[in-house]
Amino acid sequence: MTTYYSEEHEWITIDGDTAIVGITAHAAEQLGDIVFIEQKEDGDEFESGDEIGVIESVKAASEIYAPVDGEVVEANSVLENNPSALNESPESDAWIYKIKLTDPSQLEGLMDLAAYKTFIA
Amino acid sequence: MTSGPKRTPLYSLHCELGGKMVDFAGWEMPVQYPMGIMGEHNICRTKAALFDVSHMGQVILRGPNAAKRLEALVPAALTELEVGKARYTFFTNDEGGIRDDLIISNAGDHLFLVVNASMRSQDIPYMAKALDGVEVIEIFDRALIALQGPAAEHVLSAHCPVAADLKFMESVTAPINGVSCRISRLGYTGEDGFEISIPEANAEQISRLLLEHPKCFPAGLGARDSLRMEAGLCLYGNDIDNKKSPVEANLSWAIQKRRRLEGGFPGAARILAELTQGASQKLVGIKPLGRAPARAGVEIQNQNGRSIGTVTSGGFGPTFGGPVAMGYVTSNQASPGNKLNLIVRGKSQPAEVCTLPFIKQKYKR
Repeated sequence: MTTYYSEEHEWITIDGDTAIVGITAHAAEQLGDIVFIEQKEDGDEFESGDEIGVIESVKAASEIYAPVDGEVVEANSVLENNPSALNESPESDAWIYKIKLTDPSQLEGLMDLAAYKTFIA
Repeated sequence: MTSGPKRTPLYSLHCELGGKMVDFAGWEMPVQYPMGIMGEHNICRTKAALFDVSHMGQVILRGPNAAKRLEALVPAALTELEVGKARYTFFTNDEGGIRDDLIISNAGDHLFLVVNASMRSQDIPYMAKALDGVEVIEIFDRALIALQGPAAEHVLSAHCPVAADLKFMESVTAPINGVSCRISRLGYTGEDGFEISIPEANAEQISRLLLEHPKCFPAGLGARDSLRMEAGLCLYGNDIDNKKSPVEANLSWAIQKRRRLEGGFPGAARILAELTQGASQKLVGIKPLGRAPARAGVEIQNQNGRSIGTVTSGGFGPTFGGPVAMGYVTSNQASPGNKLNLIVRGKSQPAEVCTLPFIKQKYKR
């Protein structure tokens, strides 16, 4: 499994033609205490750059942007009642979507961990 | 000269404490510290939080009949305000809207005013022009800090025993660690607490002294906003402005009886009429019934889908344990329990009118 990172601070871990998407620990820290998430529904299709959800912290609302084209296979329903999990484990348990990739070649436009670390430095 | 944001006497302390600095009304202020807004909010409700509010304008009015003269600009009764007492009021405009809200204290030989940071450049020339013959002195060499929370009295009285004797809306000059400060028992959080005006040279030293107490922690503007929303307190520019009247904003309590009888303040015609006949819209507390916060600007609809107002402040209330909002609705929709819909990102979210404040205020009466 390989993990890529977007400039909008999402991570995407690839497992065959499906993938898991979430926000990075850096993003979660910047957002502060997260109190609400609005997610897409299973089956919703989207293109890279589309808004695929909204995260609200005590401070403000922030959009989640799709790092690639795809379709929602499963939205993590745990987050609805426990949005603060996004602060606690944003890069593991608090994943946001399982998705089906439309065009795996789009991954080439994303960053690897080393590049992302440089990007946020 | 650069035109970047101004810094308060506590700027370097904020940086040392890890404050995340943002531009607020032309001032570089900490929005939060590493503890985070939620943690700082909870500290203020359970222990003591220290806020830098030096960006607010501190003003001295001095001269014969200063209180009487100032009554021409505000609807509060000031001539009977006793020495050592403070009162909340607002500058009204000729249309009965609100120019700014402020606190006035009777300091004996002068009046001490605290006005909003965003409005100080407007308020001071306005008073200077309107109050010809009264000295209007803007104070540039004093910091202002707010120490708020159930442990505030304990934290402050260790260095200033007289602070414990003050009651809500009382103000006194007293030394803290040998430095003469103006200490007022009031605040903007719904908790017991103090605002302390300190000579700028001593502001950092006294702040550090208070923060040494194990129950006292620094808090930023983020927590200040969530605390005041839960307490149902208006933010100028959001919940009140030059169009909204004090009656619409549910601030009629701040217009004392004599001023209702006499009038004699800007916009009295509209305000006095609304006091007897009611206003067409009202500021109310709004409780979203789901989890989604509704922030300023969100449209409010009645159950038939008709637009009846706008949210003016909203977010998440950490102590309330859910989203909280305030907004204006038509008066016939303003009863507690009335069901509303909030249009958040195009989706209708159920909500209901509720009484303010969202949490019980804990002032020391």
